[in-house]
Amino acid sequence: MKMQILPHQERFRSRIAFGLGAILGIGLMIGERGYIGDTWRLYSEDILFLTVQHIQLVLVSSGLAILVGVPVGIMLSRPRMQRYSEAVLQVFNIGTTIPTLALLALSITLLGIGFVPAVFGLWAATLLPIVRNVFQGLRSVPDYLKEAATGMGMTPLHILRSVELPNALFVIFAGIRTAVAVNVGTVPLAFLIGGGGLGELIFTGIDLNEMQMLMAGAIPVALLSIAADWILAKAQYWLIPRGVNPLRN
Amino acid sequence: MIKLEKLSKVFETPGGGSVIAADQVSMEVPEGEICVLLGPSGCGKTTTLKMINGLIQKTSGKIWVAGCDTDEQDPVQLRRSIGYVIQQIGLFPNMTIEDNICVVPDLLGWDKTKSRRRAGELLELVNLDPGIFLKRYPKELSGGQQQRVGVIRALAADPPVLLMDEPFGAIDPINRAVIQDEFLKMQTELRKTIAFVSHDIDEAIKMADKIAIFKDGVLEQYDSPDDLLARPANDFIASFLGQDRTLKRLSLLQVQDVMFGDQVRVMARDDLEKARGLMREVGHKNIVMVGPRGRARGYLHLNDILDSTGKVEEHYQGLPATVNIRDDLRSAVSKMFRHDTTWLVCVDDEGFFKGSITQRAISHALGATYRDSDVATGAAAEAL
Ligand SMILES: Nc1ncnc2c1ncn2[C@@H]1O[C@H](COP(=O)(O)OP(=O)(O)OP(=O)(O)O)[C@@H](O)[C@H]1O
Ligand SMILES: [Mg+2]
Repeated sequence: MKMQILPHQERFRSRIAFGLGAILGIGLMIGERGYIGDTWRLYSEDILFLTVQHIQLVLVSSGLAILVGVPVGIMLSRPRMQRYSEAVLQVFNIGTTIPTLALLALSITLLGIGFVPAVFGLWAATLLPIVRNVFQGLRSVPDYLKEAATGMGMTPLHILRSVELPNALFVIFAGIRTAVAVNVGTVPLAFLIGGGGLGELIFTGIDLNEMQMLMAGAIPVALLSIAADWILAKAQYWLIPRGVNPLRN
Repeated sequence: MIKLEKLSKVFETPGGGSVIAADQVSMEVPEGEICVLLGPSGCGKTTTLKMINGLIQKTSGKIWVAGCDTDEQDPVQLRRSIGYVIQQIGLFPNMTIEDNICVVPDLLGWDKTKSRRRAGELLELVNLDPGIFLKRYPKELSGGQQQRVGVIRALAADPPVLLMDEPFGAIDPINRAVIQDEFLKMQTELRKTIAFVSHDIDEAIKMADKIAIFKDGVLEQYDSPDDLLARPANDFIASFLGQDRTLKRLSLLQVQDVMFGDQVRVMARDDLEKARGLMREVGHKNIVMVGPRGRARGYLHLNDILDSTGKVEEHYQGLPATVNIRDDLRSAVSKMFRHDTTWLVCVDDEGFFKGSITQRAISHALGATYRDSDVATGAAAEAL
């Protein structure tokens, strides 16, 4: 699976991320003298407001994507759906090749301008990797485990809950991480269709050729993606049982 | 306990053809016995086994488990009452060993403290330290350890019936023999009714009370290992059992089944005259010298002492080898060849002299089946 990351890289990455975050945080606290301090003085109100909005966009759209993507992936992986699942996934794969900006543009035509179409566009972009990984994760649970479970008297629901999902969890989580990374990276574009977020500072900064305004948007965006990935990495490490977690031994 | 009647399975293949994986199989496994389903690859062993717990839907026929027609039972409940071991072991990687063992008790809603305690006891039964292993995950166990856990997991809810599909398949021969022995020891206490799939003849001979030999879905012969080896019903079975099937029977018999017990003996301080007298009396050419409490110490050969005088202790020779009365005939024969002798002294675990065994007695025993071997020993007695 291409979204799987080797454990040592993983640890290395989260450490780097943490280091960067710390440095930038310290930079922020340097006070009003430095470049960052100055930026903060000028834009702190905007930054705080837009960051909250930004986070809302991320949480709502990726939350909805998880809520929909996991059940859809589970359904596609059921033996009954086997005939259709490949076709559906093909559609999904074609979907992933559409640039996210185009997705956002498409959602304007459906829902107009504002928070809702932005969430919808982000949701659609985030959904695909989740569904794909849930499906593939469940499919890769060996048949003999399911057979052992059936032979011991588990019902299909039992097997899904206590055998299939736990054993697919790592792959599913990898999908969610990828999805959230895509999501966080795309959220600045939401501004373009009236969804708000830190994109406002970035794009306005570009338009006005105002470097400091651009940075006031870009730095928090970078910090947010680092933080999101860090949180998910920790969650992946701690939430997935040791027996099926290649990161823990 | 397990009874199959005209059980058949026909698989439809995608090409429109069909495979008869089981063809009118009728057999019965009595309570407390191990029945090994044996045969070449693709002969329908697994299919037959999986029909018993409903993992494969039968095409026709009847199955009774513990006196109940399985058609009249809910398959899920049925499976919880039958222990099941698959070839791939199938421990769930996401669960600790403890939780793996307790899968069925948990499904049955047993009290957790009770089932966890049982998990520990079961681990001890297969010589795994519960303190170390209960909280481990399957990937932290060796193949042999996993296989042991796979077996005790099937025993966790104490089902009367076990189905085992090549349970010791994925393991090296030395470890396999150890696990087989452990399992047989457990079985002497547990007395489960077991259907056991294997494609290894030696394993079948070792484990089985009865062996069912399959070929292309047909049950060819259903007999005790000894009867099977002594009287294969047709050429297929004979060639499947191998040219050396007579030698294989050696491992089915213990030394004490064939040896002559209650043998005359002399002590170190006896006169040679007494030894000669005893040998002539019973018509043997050898006599064993025992220690004060009856341990085998040495022997005298009649020809060596024909004209000698004195005490036994001045003339006896050391024993080249002895066999334990509970060894199988295979090791007895092997010792005879190694020491180029046709008779051996049989001793118990403490070394006490129990009897002697001769090559002729062994070949007579092989000529008869296990059951008739009492007769055979009588006939071979003069070999000493
Ligand atoms: N699901 C299936 N569909 C079609 N044919 C099958 C299916 N399962 C088994 N068969 C066929 O049924 C026959 C018996 O298979 P089975 O698995 O019972 O063999 P086996 O005796 O267990 O062999 P092995 O020692 O290799 O495990 C084989 O010819 C096999 O190809
Ligand atoms: Mg098989």
